[in-house]
Amino acid sequence: MAEAAHPAAERARDNRRVLTRLSVVAALMFGFGFALVPFYEKVCLALGVNSLVERSEQAANTQVDTSRSVTIELDANAHQLPWRFRPLTRHLSVHPGELVHVEYEIANVRSAAVTGHAVPSYGPALAGQYFRKLECFCFKPQTLAAGETRTMPVTFLIDPALPREVHTITLSYTFFEVAGLGGKS
Amino acid sequence: MSAVLDTHGHADHGYHPGGIMRWITTTNHKDIGTLYLWFSFIMFMVGGVMALVIRLELFSPGLQWVDPDFFNQMTTMHGLIMVFGAIMPAFVGFANWLIPMMIGAPDMAFARMNNWSFWILPFAAALLVISFFTPGGAPGVGWTMYAPLTVQMGMGMDLTIFAVHLLGMSSIMGSINIITTILNLRAPGMGLMRMPLFCWTWLITAYLLVATMPVLAGAVTMTLTDRHFGTTFFNAAGGGDPVLYQHIFWFFGHPEVYIIALPAFGVVSQVIPAFARKPLFGYASMVSATAGIAILSFIVWAHHMYTVGMPVAGQLFFMYATALIAVPTGVKVFNWVATMWKGSLSFETPMLFAVGFLFLFTLGGFTGLVLSLAAVDIQLHDTYYVVAHFHYVMAIGAVFAGYAGVYFWLPKWTGRMYDEALGKWHFWLSVIFINITFFVQHFAGLAGMPRRIPDYPMMFEVWNKISSVGAFGFGISQLLFLYIIVSAIRSGEKAPDKPWEGADSLEWTHLPTPAPRHSFHTPPVLK
Ligand code: HEM
Ligand SMILES: [Cu+2]
Repeated sequence: MAEAAHPAAERARDNRRVLTRLSVVAALMFGFGFALVPFYEKVCLALGVNSLVERSEQAANTQVDTSRSVTIELDANAHQLPWRFRPLTRHLSVHPGELVHVEYEIANVRSAAVTGHAVPSYGPALAGQYFRKLECFCFKPQTLAAGETRTMPVTFLIDPALPREVHTITLSYTFFEVAGLGGKS
Repeated sequence: MSAVLDTHGHADHGYHPGGIMRWITTTNHKDIGTLYLWFSFIMFMVGGVMALVIRLELFSPGLQWVDPDFFNQMTTMHGLIMVFGAIMPAFVGFANWLIPMMIGAPDMAFARMNNWSFWILPFAAALLVISFFTPGGAPGVGWTMYAPLTVQMGMGMDLTIFAVHLLGMSSIMGSINIITTILNLRAPGMGLMRMPLFCWTWLITAYLLVATMPVLAGAVTMTLTDRHFGTTFFNAAGGGDPVLYQHIFWFFGHPEVYIIALPAFGVVSQVIPAFARKPLFGYASMVSATAGIAILSFIVWAHHMYTVGMPVAGQLFFMYATALIAVPTGVKVFNWVATMWKGSLSFETPMLFAVGFLFLFTLGGFTGLVLSLAAVDIQLHDTYYVVAHFHYVMAIGAVFAGYAGVYFWLPKWTGRMYDEALGKWHFWLSVIFINITFFVQHFAGLAGMPRRIPDYPMMFEVWNKISSVGAFGFGISQLLFLYIIVSAIRSGEKAPDKPWEGADSLEWTHLPTPAPRHSFHTPPVLK
């Protein structure tokens, strides 16, 4: 076949073969972009990063480090949501390892039920991994009836492994409206 | 005409429509190359005017000319248009013109598809322009199109997403064409390791494009479904993660910067030997360095994301991988310099631009090395230092290589010489003004001036004034380029067959000047 009488036809076939292969590569890479989504979740889970809204296990070592205390500042925001959302304590001082309980107040000022989900963030960001939440309203979406006001708890402790140079941690919650769950009015 | 030609989609034999239809229906690689080059120059002007709007606003602190929303739209569209509309099509234009001639092929492998690849571009550009006239205007999200802002923008964002889809399709089709042409259509005797380096850099670039453009298409598609179809890939409220977007985007985005840089390397690797009258030093190491850069470019993306809160181990990995890229890049710079070493150099305009590229690209490479250090980047991230860095490599590096290439091949393309004295003026005006524009931005950035802001504290005023003056000077100097090219085409002196003594690739040695419309019907005989 190599000495074919139609080198041109043969070349056209070779060209088409390269075209097909490269198109398959392009299609696979389009899929790869989407495959990065679960891959990213798995990697974060395996490395223990980015697990902001998961319940921490009871810290194995609950020894309280009374040699230092850390200031916790609480902040609350509602993102385009008809909610009044505020911490009942603005700031407090805790020892690492000490079990702490704080409360937030949420009021739905709209005349319809609204569902929202809170996402925490930390300043400094690296403090997040030492912030062990045992109980938090951020673990699942919350639905408030029209005009309802509710007090919700967060129970946490600061891992004593927290680097010593961190003296203040800001915990900031933002409530986002969850669309599609009867939230949109 | 030989039977060989008609079988690979060469539809224009014996059919030469005149006027505009010639350009719309053409499947000739030289016509298509010309179309790409003019399109990219027009986009360069449009993107340039947007840059001048930005620089006008930043001339003094406070808000004077445009409102902040419009300012953001200008930065976004300037970035998108320069990257996807000006620089990438320019080098695809070079590829179309030159690769078939350099490897002794009659045309590109898929001539009809080549026509489509080009004619998609004006539609994409039109979508970007239309987005300015939608409610809310064009998206002001930055060329990186980061979520979650993109999820909230008006319908201008949707148009931009479709434009990115079209641009991606065009690039992928163009790349498949280039790869097939290089792999299958080389003249007998033109082994891969005999190809001019320009062909090698494009072969590797085309692979990068096929591998990464679909990933960008995926990222913007996810944005689109987040916006309209209730998915929550990036929307925090539904459990999505905006940082995920950054990972996907930069998985495309870092190879993208080499998609811009590698063809520029290729052009410079043709120009420097021609004016040093010596073969390229270390050809084989140039090929492997190019491949090395391309492979490494897939594992460094998160150096754009040091501030998102990565684990330290991650930062270290991306930092070392990034610093490693300096090695093959250093090999290239070394080889270019070694090519000039003891050469009989002459400095016509193409060589001036190539040497300008060499100096200024390397400077941008050094600031890149500074930014690769995670500890430093956390200070400099999103400051004007970064703006200075990427303009040295992209705006100066790629643009200068492009100018070097245009002056170098213009005689071959048009059969006319440009005015050498004016060409030198163009170079010196450009190199002086562009450095005035961008060098001071290093200082503004080091002092903490953030990028993408329409207003800034008084302390940055002097640097911004200098930078704006430089930008307007550079912009006006480019009109000189337009004048030089147009007057060369209209009334330039007739070019000799081989205006550059040291040029040695097939388009110079085996074809007359100007290149005939159809070349290498029968493959050239190579010794
Ligand atoms: C040569 C004249 C040019 C001037 C005066 C200029 C100026 C500027 C300015 C002032 C900004 C805004 C920086 C900020 O606020 O973050 C900018 C951003 C940018 N420029 Fe240029 N530029 C030029 C050419 C180019 C070229 C040729 C490219 C091609 C790759 C380019 C790519 C970009 C990109 C990607 C951005 C970032 C846009 C964003 O922040 O989303 N520029 N430029
Ligand atoms: Cu990068």
